[in-house]
Amino acid sequence: MSQLLFETIGLKKTYIVGDQAVPALKGVSLQVVSGDFLAVMGPSGSGKSTFMNLLGCLDTPSEGRYMFKGSEVSSFSADERARIRNEQIGFVFQSFNLLPRTSALDNVALPLRYNGVPIKERRHRAAEMLVKMGLADRLDYRPSQLSGGQQQRVAIARALVCDPAIILADEPTGALDTRTGFEVMAILQELNMKGMTVVVVTHEPEIAAFTRRHLLFRDGSLVSDTHNEKVKDARMLSSKAEVFHEER
Amino acid sequence: MKSVDGFLDALRSLRSNKMRSVLTTLGIIIGVAAVIVMVSVGNGAREQISAMIDRLGANMMMVRPGSSFGRGVSGGTGSLPTLTEDDAMALQNEIPTVNLAAPQVRGTAQLIRGNLNWSSGVYGITNSYLTVRQWSLADGRLFEPREIKASSKVAIIGETVAENLFPDQDPIGQSLRINRVPFVVIGVLQPKGQTGFGGDQDDTVMLPITTARKRVLGGRQLAGDLVDAIYIQADSAETVIETEEAVIALLRERHRIGPGQDDDFRVRNMAEFMNARADSSKAMGLLLMAVASISLIVGGIGIMNIMLVSVTERTREIGLRMAVGATGNEIKSQFLIESIVLSLIGGSIGIALGIGGSFAMSAYSQWKAIIDPMAVLLAFSFSAAVGVFFGYYPARKASLLDPIDALRHE
Repeated sequence: MSQLLFETIGLKKTYIVGDQAVPALKGVSLQVVSGDFLAVMGPSGSGKSTFMNLLGCLDTPSEGRYMFKGSEVSSFSADERARIRNEQIGFVFQSFNLLPRTSALDNVALPLRYNGVPIKERRHRAAEMLVKMGLADRLDYRPSQLSGGQQQRVAIARALVCDPAIILADEPTGALDTRTGFEVMAILQELNMKGMTVVVVTHEPEIAAFTRRHLLFRDGSLVSDTHNEKVKDARMLSSKAEVFHEER
Repeated sequence: MKSVDGFLDALRSLRSNKMRSVLTTLGIIIGVAAVIVMVSVGNGAREQISAMIDRLGANMMMVRPGSSFGRGVSGGTGSLPTLTEDDAMALQNEIPTVNLAAPQVRGTAQLIRGNLNWSSGVYGITNSYLTVRQWSLADGRLFEPREIKASSKVAIIGETVAENLFPDQDPIGQSLRINRVPFVVIGVLQPKGQTGFGGDQDDTVMLPITTARKRVLGGRQLAGDLVDAIYIQADSAETVIETEEAVIALLRERHRIGPGQDDDFRVRNMAEFMNARADSSKAMGLLLMAVASISLIVGGIGIMNIMLVSVTERTREIGLRMAVGATGNEIKSQFLIESIVLSLIGGSIGIALGIGGSFAMSAYSQWKAIIDPMAVLLAFSFSAAVGVFFGYYPARKASLLDPIDALRHE
């Protein structure tokens, strides 16, 4: 039923620092089907960030192949990779990376601009996405006028607005308090339930517990790839947290 | 579509740094304003000059005696008494393109009227002098031929003299003493205004040439039938050059100047006369042009500087835009549009200031300003070019950023 979304074959990345070659990724092979929910874990310097940059087409591998929806994106030009990022990949960052002094609506509409969507339709689709994220009354707010959780929801709306095949979230809860972090994970779980492939980088086992598949990186290699038997429901936890919050 | 987005982005980004944007464009503002003022004042000056040439008569030329040169001491133009009334007669009779050749002697004299006195230029002329100079009478009559023959004591006075000596009465028929000799005023000249050099042409008294020679001026230079100048009217502006050549040839022949010898006279036509003034306005124009181009360059460097700061400040934004699908070219054009918008805003303010400045200049000085739409267009496109030229490097720098580094930039 699930079909292969992407596949990496012996993916390597080596940085040249001075006259020394520093291997950051030492050959990672992985297959991910559509609708999967992965947590990428590992200490800093384990190569997980390098791996995520390659998955996000922000970088090209030194060796190995990266097949996305059947095409070899590892050989794509910079402009072709920009197009893949625009159409197929939604990014969510730890620090939200919203444009300051720009309304939530315009922030969400930004990727559509690079997709050649006319301005009216852009604003319409961005507004729709923000309404889905529960921010109907915040369309004209600037990031500085929004809470951390709201900002991350704007960022998720921005990631979703071009209808991508995959969401890459790099420590999406890292800058949020626990309850708000659960809220964000609940949103990602809901998206995944509707069929979206999601990859979350985290170093918190608590956050990984909401995902179905755990990848562990160490020293530039993928050391374990396990299935999570007991996936926790973030919605329950976040509503419980909300109850606690109100009692306090 | 995309350029509209870029334009809106640029406006938003410039608005968020209003003060900085205005200061950045100051160089462009000054440069463009200087160009506009320069061109409009230059146009005005040119127009004034050609109007003045028309007023003086474009087909007029003037012959003056040459300078003496003896024992190592060079006298000024006119110091050599060579031109005579016979020369004037010959010029008029022998050169077909010469309409009129009017001799003139001149000096200064003290004018006395009752208890009023005034010092003024005195010219001994014939009626044709006034014709050549296209000078008509405001009142009274010209000299009669017999008055010239008989050295009659009659005078035609200029407006300034009339105002000073006859403040509250009609000068016609009144008497006037010139260097103690009593004269009767028979005419008042039409006011002519200033010369190209600011002299008052109306501060003058015209006498019959014979009268001036015998009764008022006199002296070594005017002995015999020597004259100070011969004013010549060619039959049209087109024949001026040809006439000038003929005048020179005839005078050389009459003065028996052999080949290779210098002329003992000088011919000047009005265009040449006015070139001095044209040159000074050209020098002024060049000065302003230098100021304009220097401040446009400095302004451009200012824009480049601010755009580089802006690229550094917005590195994360650039990284994010790249992550959501902007190509290098799209980033480049965003920053390029921003610097063009910046310099065009500066250009527009500069044009407004330049036009205002030109009007102010013509209102508070005697420079006349004529706004040239071409110059405005040129200034506008030049400031756009500055935006492109000095914005390119920062924009390219932005487009070459690595999205990963850019996103991590603090």
